[in-house]
Amino acid sequence: MPRVRGWIEVDESHCKGCGLCVAACPQDVMHLDPERLTSQGYHPAALKSEGCTGCGICAIVCPDAALTVFREVIAPQRQATAAAA
Amino acid sequence: MTTPQVQRQIVYRRPKALNDVPTHYCPGCTHGIAHRLVAEVLDEMGVIEKTIGVASVGCSVFGYNYFECDFVEAPHGRAPAMATGIKRVIPDSIVFTYQGDGDLVSIGMGEITHAAARGENITVVFINNAIYGMTGGQMAPTTLPGQKTTSSQNGRDVKRMGYPIRMSEMLATLDGASYVVRRSLHDPANIRKAKKAIRTAFEVQHQGLGFSLVELLSTCPINWGMSPVEALKWVEEHMVPVYPLGDYKVSPTVAALRIR
Repeated sequence: MPRVRGWIEVDESHCKGCGLCVAACPQDVMHLDPERLTSQGYHPAALKSEGCTGCGICAIVCPDAALTVFREVIAPQRQATAAAA
Repeated sequence: MTTPQVQRQIVYRRPKALNDVPTHYCPGCTHGIAHRLVAEVLDEMGVIEKTIGVASVGCSVFGYNYFECDFVEAPHGRAPAMATGIKRVIPDSIVFTYQGDGDLVSIGMGEITHAAARGENITVVFINNAIYGMTGGQMAPTTLPGQKTTSSQNGRDVKRMGYPIRMSEMLATLDGASYVVRRSLHDPANIRKAKKAIRTAFEVQHQGLGFSLVELLSTCPINWGMSPVEALKWVEEHMVPVYPLGDYKVSPTVAALRIR
């Protein structure tokens, strides 16, 4: 089985710490970072632990388009070759 | 032995059709989601260069700052009339209005109704959050029966203040309207459906099939006195039963439309 690893980048100039992404995250790996403040004075969204799959649900509910979502699919070479053929 | 092969993908990034400026909307306001969906659709269709938006009066008045396309600001409620003029003068352009319920359903009732009746080839994005947001949470024509607002402090009493207006149902009775649907922005599945509807509405215009309107049930956490998450729940539990989601008018030519 290919392994999937995801992560997000939060644009703090847009994030207003509304928390909709935190509530929607199916893996429950997000929080509003109490250690950070944006220039507008909000605690921005961030990953709090491992386990993000890069599903993109957080970006779908984000009202400020502040999130970029990445994912890395790690497949063993053999499987990848078979898929390519 | 197998060497792992790593594939990197960008699952989501901010649409190009949105300007890189922070919006003035309150945290958790679904105006932002609606803006993003419109921007994603403009990106996908590749029409940003020939798109002209018409902003209404209300919180969404500043929409002109947030989109990459050309924008004009219409007098209160008159966005569909202005859009009519722009579309008729520049028929090759894509013209959309972005209006709230305080703008479209009250002062703008005449303009939207006649634009739909004339079958103007424009797209209307209609945000229904059952309240006047910008001016401080007064009762709107769309306010639910019993809903407390700053101007109906004991709840909307329908005997004295009348009943809410279901705009999509009303406009769907007009022969000129081609595509009139209602969607909601309260969860990821519904947001996806809303985007599909917005895409269809813009395609209807792109292919010259007539008037299209997408009504989006939306939140106003601050004026409802709720957290953003509670507000989404309130939409699902209280607004959707009064404003059922669905396709109210899909003309046969639109039904035949295939979107690639």
